[in-house]
Amino acid sequence: MSKMRKRDQRLMIIGVAGAVLVLAATLTFAGLRDSVVYFVSPSELAEKAQPGQRIRLGGLVVEGTVQRAGDIATFSVTDGATAVQVRYEGLLPDLFREGQGVVCEGSWRPGQAFDADRVLAKHDENYMPREVAEALKQRGEWKGDSRP
Amino acid sequence: MIAEIGAFAAALALALSLAQGALGIMFANSTARAGAAAALSQAAAFACALAFGCLITLFVQSDFTVAVVAANSHVDKPLIYKIAGAWGNHEGSMLLWCLVSALFGAIFSSLRGKQSLGLWSRTIGVQGLVTAGALIYTLFLSNPFARLDPAPMVGNGLNPLLQDPALAAHPPLLYLGYVGMSVPFSLALAALIEGRADQAWARALRPWTLIAWTCLTLGIGLGSYWAYYELGWGGWWFWDPVENASFMPWLVAAALVHSAIVTERRGSLASWTILLAIMGFGLALLGTFLVRSGVLTSVHAFAVDPRRGIAVLILLAVSLGTGFGLYAWRAPKLAQPSGFSAVSRESMLVWNNFGLAVAAGVVLTGTIYPLLVEAFGGGLISVGPPFFNATVVPLLAMLFLLLPLGPMLTWRVGDMRAALGKLAPAAILAVLTLIAALVLSKWRAMPAIGLMLGVWLIAGGLVYLWVRLRRGEGKLSAKVALLPLAVWSMSLAHIGAGVLTIGAVAETAFRSERAVLLAPGEGVAFAGRRVTLLEVGGIEGPNYSATRANFRIDQTSGAASLHAERRYFPTSPMPTTEVGILSALDGDLYIALGEQIRGSEQWTVRLYHNPLVHFIFAGILLMAFGGGLSLVALARKRMVST
Repeated sequence: MSKMRKRDQRLMIIGVAGAVLVLAATLTFAGLRDSVVYFVSPSELAEKAQPGQRIRLGGLVVEGTVQRAGDIATFSVTDGATAVQVRYEGLLPDLFREGQGVVCEGSWRPGQAFDADRVLAKHDENYMPREVAEALKQRGEWKGDSRP
Repeated sequence: MIAEIGAFAAALALALSLAQGALGIMFANSTARAGAAAALSQAAAFACALAFGCLITLFVQSDFTVAVVAANSHVDKPLIYKIAGAWGNHEGSMLLWCLVSALFGAIFSSLRGKQSLGLWSRTIGVQGLVTAGALIYTLFLSNPFARLDPAPMVGNGLNPLLQDPALAAHPPLLYLGYVGMSVPFSLALAALIEGRADQAWARALRPWTLIAWTCLTLGIGLGSYWAYYELGWGGWWFWDPVENASFMPWLVAAALVHSAIVTERRGSLASWTILLAIMGFGLALLGTFLVRSGVLTSVHAFAVDPRRGIAVLILLAVSLGTGFGLYAWRAPKLAQPSGFSAVSRESMLVWNNFGLAVAAGVVLTGTIYPLLVEAFGGGLISVGPPFFNATVVPLLAMLFLLLPLGPMLTWRVGDMRAALGKLAPAAILAVLTLIAALVLSKWRAMPAIGLMLGVWLIAGGLVYLWVRLRRGEGKLSAKVALLPLAVWSMSLAHIGAGVLTIGAVAETAFRSERAVLLAPGEGVAFAGRRVTLLEVGGIEGPNYSATRANFRIDQTSGAASLHAERRYFPTSPMPTTEVGILSALDGDLYIALGEQIRGSEQWTVRLYHNPLVHFIFAGILLMAFGGGLSLVALARKRMVST
């Protein structure tokens, strides 16, 4: 009798554990499907981005293109071949600089500026977003590591 | 000369720890050999300490003929940051890794206690090999004593963001945590070699897991606190890959802290405890790999050298390969555990371990998924906070829902109805919180559930303390003094988790954030206060100059002043943000000064109100305090029993 109960208990534990695992796996894969953000360079934007899809655009900020009007900033991002205009509402991060690497997260529709709601420019002066470095390397624009 | 002594000491430490490994593992039941391995481990620790001392001396002397010093130090730097500079860079921090590993080996070898000779000796041996692996990496791939020719005059200077007391302590604490996981790993491998994992073994394992977990808690907390007040982004946790890299070993260490209790008290779960110890160290190594290789886009990814990344991966593969290989081969031979019922403290701890391990697995998936996708040609992607919030948070919520039940149940067979009955006041309080939060937040379910769980944890911890205090006869005040430290430590750690939950939920769900343009004299209404920019001027610091903005804050309790700065270090082209924080009971008002708008009087100013943010750091401190107290309890018990 007690042996029987022990086996039932074990089955129950395995059942609950299995259910939790399946739930965790489902959450994980659903999460990965919905919240993965692809990275593109300005040249790839038109071909790879679905209109309105959330995407990361990375490149160098073109010198002399940064304009601020109240809360709205516009600037161009380039990978050396193509430049894309970006529109961002809010204040640009401290480390945002013309001529430096930047990653913009937002969405894009053909014929419009890239509508960014996050602009990442990180805090190390030697820091180049890795995606930007890769994109620049592919374009032959890479000028080598700035680190001595 | 000092650099050569340091390099020689490190090489000597390598030879010593290799000998320690060989003698310790092939101990052949000989007391003499085991003793020799223990002595070697102490000598290796001494050699490592000498090497690290040399490195600190080089930094203090600003010897710029040494490449690491030239790249990371500066003559003008305050002394404390010259010293901290020794581990504020890749090469120096790897030497610190070796030192901690050797030191832990030496401490372990000098505290044998009631461990069997074989387990003790083989643990010392495996720990020696771990130290040796780290030393090989340090000496051949990131030698901190390499010379530079020609030597520069002043040095590059430490990244100014890192010149901060919290960040001077952050790497050593994290390393104590990461490397602390190496001792449970060595113990696990020793148990597999010996084919035995008994209660004495678990007793030896527990303090090391506690050290690792407590140091990881403090190290992560400090890093998070630093990010909060130094980066000027207003946040404290970003699900950055490197934060995840420290969070995964933390989760596994937390699981191990609990499973080791079951193994020590009841003798069961030994094989699971061994597996956790192996995984914990694997994740700690993976953490080092992620931080040091620069494979992931991260604020920390500063050492971009593929050879180093591959070398850490090889170390990882060897450790995990040996660990899992031994496990598959030997674990089935371990003694079968004694049974327990589905309703018992053991089973609750099994659920705890299950939840924490699954959470670690989910974080791991999200962290390395971009690497896998890229490796298989799927393009460059990033996995951000939405993923982790949607996966890890519900798992932890389930864990927290069950948590207060654990301590209420007895070992072997528990009484769920009695446990629930005792917890009724806590449950009522939690439900009241839920209702109040729903009404006050205008029916936002997620934060309300989060706050409910936080209150449930705190109230559950207090109820447990109360139940323990009511046991037995006598005056309450006398019983407070008699209550075992272990009860206090567990309750405080669990209450800390509740406090942290409340802070994290409130900060995430109810924070407000605004960026404004202000000229001196202008003000803005924000979060029930009025913030006025008074004036902006220049000031001089010890090795920087700064722009300082003074603000007046008008709130119901009166006026307060606050200032925020932008600091310019001559050694770095990038200014740093020194935020102004005004703490109140309900949270922090947080001001970061941006740039002046070209050709205008206006400055960009970022305002944040972070409700209950101090709960986050208080909760982390409480958890770490609980861990520390538990260590004291173990040490005391040991002194009484020997």
